[in-house]
Amino acid sequence: MPAKPILTLRVNGEAHEVAVPVHKTLLEVLREDLGLIGTKHGCELGECGTCTVLVDGQPVLSCLALPVELEGQEIVTVEGMAPPGQLHPLQQAFAELGAAQCGYCTPGILLTSMALLADKREPTRDEIRQALSGNICRCTGYTKILEAVELAALRMSGEVAGGKHGRGATA
Amino acid sequence: MSTEEFSVIGKPLARVDAWEKVVGAARYADDFFLPRMAYAKIRRSDHPHALIKRIDTTRANALPGVYVVVTGRDFPAVRFGILPVSQDEEALCTDKVRMVGDPIAAVAAVDEETAERAADLIDVEYEVLPPIMSVEEALAQDKVRIHEYGDGPNIHKAVAFEFGDVEEGFRQAALVREDVFFYQGNTHLPMEQHAAVAQWSPDGKLTLWSSTQTPHYVHRALAKTLQMPPAWIRVIAAPVGGGFGGKTDPFSHEIVVARLAQLTGRPVKIGLTREEVFYCHRGRHPVSMWVKTGVTKNGEILAMHFRSYVDGGAYGSYGVASLLYTGALQTVTYRVPRYKFEGMRAFTNKPPCGPKRGHGTPQPRYALECHLDKIAEQLGLDPAEMRRRIVVDEYTKTANHLTITTCGLRECIDRVVEASGWREKHGKLPYGKGVGFACSSYLTGAGLPIYWNDMPHSGAIVKVDRGGGVAVLCGATEIGQGSDSVLTYVVAEQLGIDPKDIRMATADSDLTPVDLGSYSSRVTLMAGHAAARAAERMRILIHEAVAKKLEVVPGELVSRGGRVFVKDDPERGVSFAEAAVLAETMHGTLACAGSYTPPKRAGKFKGSGVGPSPCYSYTACVAEVSVDPDTGEVTVDRVWIAHDVGRALNPLLVEGQVEGSVYMGLGEALMEEQVFREGLHKIPSMLEYKSPTTLETPEIYTILVETVDPEGPFGAKEAGQGPLLPVPPAVANAVYDAVGARIDEVPISPEKVARAVELKKQGKPARVGPERLPVFTFPEPVKVASAFGEAADPSVKRKTQV
Repeated sequence: MPAKPILTLRVNGEAHEVAVPVHKTLLEVLREDLGLIGTKHGCELGECGTCTVLVDGQPVLSCLALPVELEGQEIVTVEGMAPPGQLHPLQQAFAELGAAQCGYCTPGILLTSMALLADKREPTRDEIRQALSGNICRCTGYTKILEAVELAALRMSGEVAGGKHGRGATA
Repeated sequence: MSTEEFSVIGKPLARVDAWEKVVGAARYADDFFLPRMAYAKIRRSDHPHALIKRIDTTRANALPGVYVVVTGRDFPAVRFGILPVSQDEEALCTDKVRMVGDPIAAVAAVDEETAERAADLIDVEYEVLPPIMSVEEALAQDKVRIHEYGDGPNIHKAVAFEFGDVEEGFRQAALVREDVFFYQGNTHLPMEQHAAVAQWSPDGKLTLWSSTQTPHYVHRALAKTLQMPPAWIRVIAAPVGGGFGGKTDPFSHEIVVARLAQLTGRPVKIGLTREEVFYCHRGRHPVSMWVKTGVTKNGEILAMHFRSYVDGGAYGSYGVASLLYTGALQTVTYRVPRYKFEGMRAFTNKPPCGPKRGHGTPQPRYALECHLDKIAEQLGLDPAEMRRRIVVDEYTKTANHLTITTCGLRECIDRVVEASGWREKHGKLPYGKGVGFACSSYLTGAGLPIYWNDMPHSGAIVKVDRGGGVAVLCGATEIGQGSDSVLTYVVAEQLGIDPKDIRMATADSDLTPVDLGSYSSRVTLMAGHAAARAAERMRILIHEAVAKKLEVVPGELVSRGGRVFVKDDPERGVSFAEAAVLAETMHGTLACAGSYTPPKRAGKFKGSGVGPSPCYSYTACVAEVSVDPDTGEVTVDRVWIAHDVGRALNPLLVEGQVEGSVYMGLGEALMEEQVFREGLHKIPSMLEYKSPTTLETPEIYTILVETVDPEGPFGAKEAGQGPLLPVPPAVANAVYDAVGARIDEVPISPEKVARAVELKKQGKPARVGPERLPVFTFPEPVKVASAFGEAADPSVKRKTQV
């Protein structure tokens, strides 16, 4: 294999050709080669959950994943959670309920929650806690994050009308 | 809550930066990728204490892809540090290293990997010195000095004050009790690792983007260490991915990238590794404490004597302030008529400690609240009821000359007692279950600036556009606490417009008026006032123009709902955009400035500068725990917390600050510790440095109490730090209620709890904590008459004047 093989990565529904060293992590390729800076990093050792993205719907720590192994798989980052100009119900709920403070762990937590809700339509609070136990947040005390995931789940299952505030509205 | 009078204030609105944060569009410092950008790495010391004999950069320079390698000799021989009295850091160490991780040399290269490899190729020869790893060793090793300055060999600072005759108070007391405590150091652990990007323009001007809470002080440090006119330096604080005090010092890496960018002619970025962040630190000081209190049989405090022995680490940082804070606020929560404080800070060969959420006050708060719990038990009093009786009186001065304005602590106590079912639980739960109680107070912004001067602590400019858009320019730094949001709300309320019509431009030394930074819980009050005043001036200009058009007097107008209209005839009015055109036509370009300087209320004695604040927040907390007596494991089941925030400008954001404070307090109480072995951090990773996850964080019940303080904008006090303070002692007191064991040091680890339970079984005193204190002779105290009980100065605004 050449030092910089040309790989085709499918990210947020688009195919990207990249030529990168085989040891360059998915985190680095997303941020540095594809300009997807929404994926953050807190340790680069697989310990904090900040860099979580979805690979074929499953949460994956992008700091430990190598693109060379991910060809042909669907990668979703925070930028691809919803169609352009729209918000995923999780993003809407996180914004409305103050679940993002510094916002740095937020992309990873959103994507982990997205995988959870794809798996379980109405998770209990304990199930949400379990699912998010690998994502550290130092700002919120998690309370508003748990509430936001619950609200998004209710809206997605149609029990509560969604997005009454609308994107960017403040009152 | 009295929010009807306001359109924006008091409403649970989404943060103004929420939308960019949930889509991943917020640009933190490490998200800046500039054309031709190089990457930097710093070579750091492997030894805790050593002389640098030789640095050879030949091999690093020869590595392909390396642009430049620098050592301390490539910088002006100037030291820096956050406090003027502790200028003891170098951009890169020239002759001596004082801790593992001290910066020695730096590389700029084509990519991060090359820079890292080159940094490893720098050869450093050391002459190893004996490392000093504790306060006791610092005192014993008087021949080996970490620094040449201070109040004695390895003594950074030693202070002593006596306000009133404490011995007389002890003589009158029904009970005099002494206790010893230790609070282990811990670190901020922000999710974002520090990063900075520097760029020089062709005309010799520098721009630095950094993850900093204090761009103003970074600006000062760059000017000093690069020997440049401040006017040629622009510092921009990117949104900070968590600070908690860990990004309030100017750091060597910020100076290093600036120099590297100058030498390479390229933008240069540095991003610290998680391990480097652990070594940059500036977190919670480890503190040993002794407290002696004399009380009446009802628990009224007659006198208190407090001593703190502070392990400072390798540099000064905020240490002098941190030390004084371990003694300053004991008097602000409860009535303490006579008070004596003695404290010392030692240098040790460990990462420097500094301000972490609560800055210097969680340690004494732990000691004091555990101490009071023991006193209440000895007197046969309910610990919540006893505290309720001894709460400070509003609009009085404390023994150490601090001025209390509003105090909602009694209501906080009542509310958590009620909500938690305290009376039914304390002393009544089955073995292994318990509840604990504690209170606290905290400042709303430091009353004095770091560099003493008479200029404002915060400034803001409000600019109105012809389309009705409003820009707010303010030096305040968004670190996740919601400063951009709070300033938006304040201006929106003043101008009667939708917050969405306001754009914030913050923390940019070229564009925004100085705000001293996001520390000491100062932004809501100080920048809030500055923005409110700027907006008020703007409203006056607008009303003058609209009044002329409508042929009324300005006093008849109000601004609300995006309109300016006649109060008694709301149909008569114009839109805000039309009003802006009228006002610009009348006055010219619309820009108004506002600023805020806190009232000068410090006592007239040396050392009085730490502690004064325009007003203080108050908190009461109940923690309910389950303790496994066999393993010693403590599970916090629930936390009730009531916080006097003055007025919640946005209750959603205030709750978020309270919940985050509780979380961080629980981490300190139960598991977090910054510990070393022969100079090396034992656990410099997010896996091994244990912090609470979703699984360890309990349900938190937050109660907001509003006292509407006349000192705060719209009556607001702080919320970001104070609510951390009562959490660790509430947990400790709950552990005692559960299993009858006193853990007089944090973290309250399973090992300590199990040991205390075992001691109890053996019929020995069921206490685990420090057995002795460092041996140190404090200086003669500065004796100042106690100001306890004196009425606040007539200049202090009373509530009736609101």
